Amino acid sequence: MNSQVPEMSEQQSPAVGQPYTRNDQACHDLSIRVRDLNLWYGKAQALNGLNIDLFQKNVTALIGPSGCGKSTFLRCLNRMNDLIPTVRIEGLVEMDGRDVNAPKMDEVALRRRVGMVFQKPNPFPKSIFENVAYAPRMHDIVSRKAEQEELVEKALRDAGLWNEVKDKLHEPGTSLSGGQQQRLCIARAIAVQPDVILMDEPTSALDPISTATIEDLMDKLKEKFTIITVTHNMQQAARVADYTAFFHLGEIIEYNDTKVMFSTPAQKKTEDYISGRYG
Amino acid sequence: MSDSYDQISQQLKGRHRKSTRLKYISMSALALAAAFLLIFFADMLSKGLPAFQQAMINIEINYTEDASTNGRAAVDRDFSTLISRSVVRVIPLQMRNDPSLLGTTQNRWVLADGSVDQYLKGNRVRLDDEEMARIDRLVEEGKVEMQFNSGFFSRGDSKMPELAGILSAVVGTVMTMIVTLAIAFPIGVMTAVYLEEFAPDNRLTQLVEININNLAAIPSILFGLLGLAIFINFFGVPRSSPLVGGMTLALMTLPVIIISTRTALRSVPESIRHAAFGVGCSRWQVVKDHVLPLAMPGIMTGSIIGLAQAMGETAPLIIVGMVAFIPDVTASFTEAATVMPAQVFTWAGEPDRAFVEKTAGGIIVLLAVLISLNAAAVLLRKKFERRW
Ligand SMILES: Nc1ncnc2c1ncn2[C@@H]1O[C@H](COP(=O)(O)OP(=O)(O)OP(=O)(O)O)[C@@H](O)[C@H]1O
Ligand SMILES: [Mg+2]
Repeated sequence: MNSQVPEMSEQQSPAVGQPYTRNDQACHDLSIRVRDLNLWYGKAQALNGLNIDLFQKNVTALIGPSGCGKSTFLRCLNRMNDLIPTVRIEGLVEMDGRDVNAPKMDEVALRRRVGMVFQKPNPFPKSIFENVAYAPRMHDIVSRKAEQEELVEKALRDAGLWNEVKDKLHEPGTSLSGGQQQRLCIARAIAVQPDVILMDEPTSALDPISTATIEDLMDKLKEKFTIITVTHNMQQAARVADYTAFFHLGEIIEYNDTKVMFSTPAQKKTEDYISGRYG
Repeated sequence: MSDSYDQISQQLKGRHRKSTRLKYISMSALALAAAFLLIFFADMLSKGLPAFQQAMINIEINYTEDASTNGRAAVDRDFSTLISRSVVRVIPLQMRNDPSLLGTTQNRWVLADGSVDQYLKGNRVRLDDEEMARIDRLVEEGKVEMQFNSGFFSRGDSKMPELAGILSAVVGTVMTMIVTLAIAFPIGVMTAVYLEEFAPDNRLTQLVEININNLAAIPSILFGLLGLAIFINFFGVPRSSPLVGGMTLALMTLPVIIISTRTALRSVPESIRHAAFGVGCSRWQVVKDHVLPLAMPGIMTGSIIGLAQAMGETAPLIIVGMVAFIPDVTASFTEAATVMPAQVFTWAGEPDRAFVEKTAGGIIVLLAVLISLNAAAVLLRKKFERRW
């Protein structure tokens, strides 16, 4: 928000391309700014001086070989890394101009604004209704039963699940199929009306049809939310992402408009990876 | 190369023999254990089941003027040695409470003396020939018969075997267990929750962990000594009371509950915690709303098993004075009481032969309660077991 076109000093991150290729100005509102982010698991460094700007109401895809730090980076954005005792973080992660790692930043408040969808669908072992209604009720977004019902319906509709579950809202969320469970998790995440939704390989456990449903969903959701997704599927990145960042060994090798990146990658490594020649 | 298959078979024969042998050894071990169990149960039942039967005599009670001061006068002299002393003892009191009884005569089934009871159950007793003959005659007339011994479940201990019942011990056990559970369950669960969900993994918590595990292996009598030294001598909790007994057993049950709670918490998948943190739960909300409900069946099972263990415990209770002669049902947590295993222990020490069956009967009741508790634990686990 503080800068329409992000300032990215060349010497700081030479590999990061400037995503100014889109002319739609609204898409360039800055959501998350990351500067010189280093992360260690004990003594092993997993993230190496990352610099990246993530934009509002866009889908940003993080791609890269296994173990390159995509999930680790994603967890930096809602401080889920706090749960891992060995983690040490240096550098700046700024959301809407506020340092998320600052001592006075409440991680609970942060996670209220930065929702997360995990790689493996993990609905609560409660009813479908409770899965969606629990968090908004906890955050005092809704309280009365009618409000809850309205919100649950809206979230499930947005997640494209409503028609399948509207008659069995009180059955356990765990009784749904994998793809439905993942959409339930998305509904759960959007029900608290966050600003950002992090998705860690949301379709990796799903069949092509469920995958397509979720891809369509992302396309729709980006009207309201900033979506940052990890994927191993190049076609998926090309289909759904406005921007793509290529991670390699804890570094961001290249970050650019998806169309540009997939047609004319600036780096050799990116090209190799995208075309499937990597490793 | 052509004979390699035969060579392998040759070699295998020896191995198969070995595993067959091992199988039979294991099976015979199992059979032996089962046989012991069977013998134990058969012996227990054959000795204990008679305790649930009691000889009763139908006699004529004359509420005369004399009887109002001396109950003995109300019954025929021939019968007075055959009926329980407790019957004649209460007659004056009955008459005082109900003056209209005076001058009436009633036929009533009353408790037979312990020796009659034992004679009818085929045990050797100190009765003279004349008395035995009289009993036989009464049996023929249908004036003496064995009835279900409801008094065993509705009365407290007594020095008269025909009167001795297990109720005061059952009540004592219930009260003691209430105290134990009220102390051990919340403390145990909260400790486990802290260690598992909140505490940093450092030297100190590791030390605490090791000590809790060791605590579970300490001989129970030491907990009795601890209870005596701390609760009775230092804090002045009344001796022999369900309160001190329950507190002592709580010390013993605590590690069991902590360990089983931790296991239950650990079996809750990490992904559920991540999901909860991901929607912005605080640590306590994660525990309260997601982890604890899932772990509850495991926690309950562990607690019930810990409680069952405590219920069968005698040694620490002897130290805190809960092996006492308690004829009346305890009404307060600070009065002297006894518990089922202690009652069994007391009866086992009685010289009167009639108490042998009481001992076995008490054990049967105790075992029945323990088995139902364990069954409840299994059912609970089955009922709430879920996949996620
Ligand atoms: N909890 C952890 N403790 C220690 N090291 C970890 C932990 N999680 C990840 N790592 C290490 O950090 C590095 C990055 O892991 P990360 O999970 O972020 O990779 P990724 O890009 O998400 O891989 P994938 O595509 O396979 O999911 C890896 O080398 C991994 O071994
Ligand atoms: Mg990952």
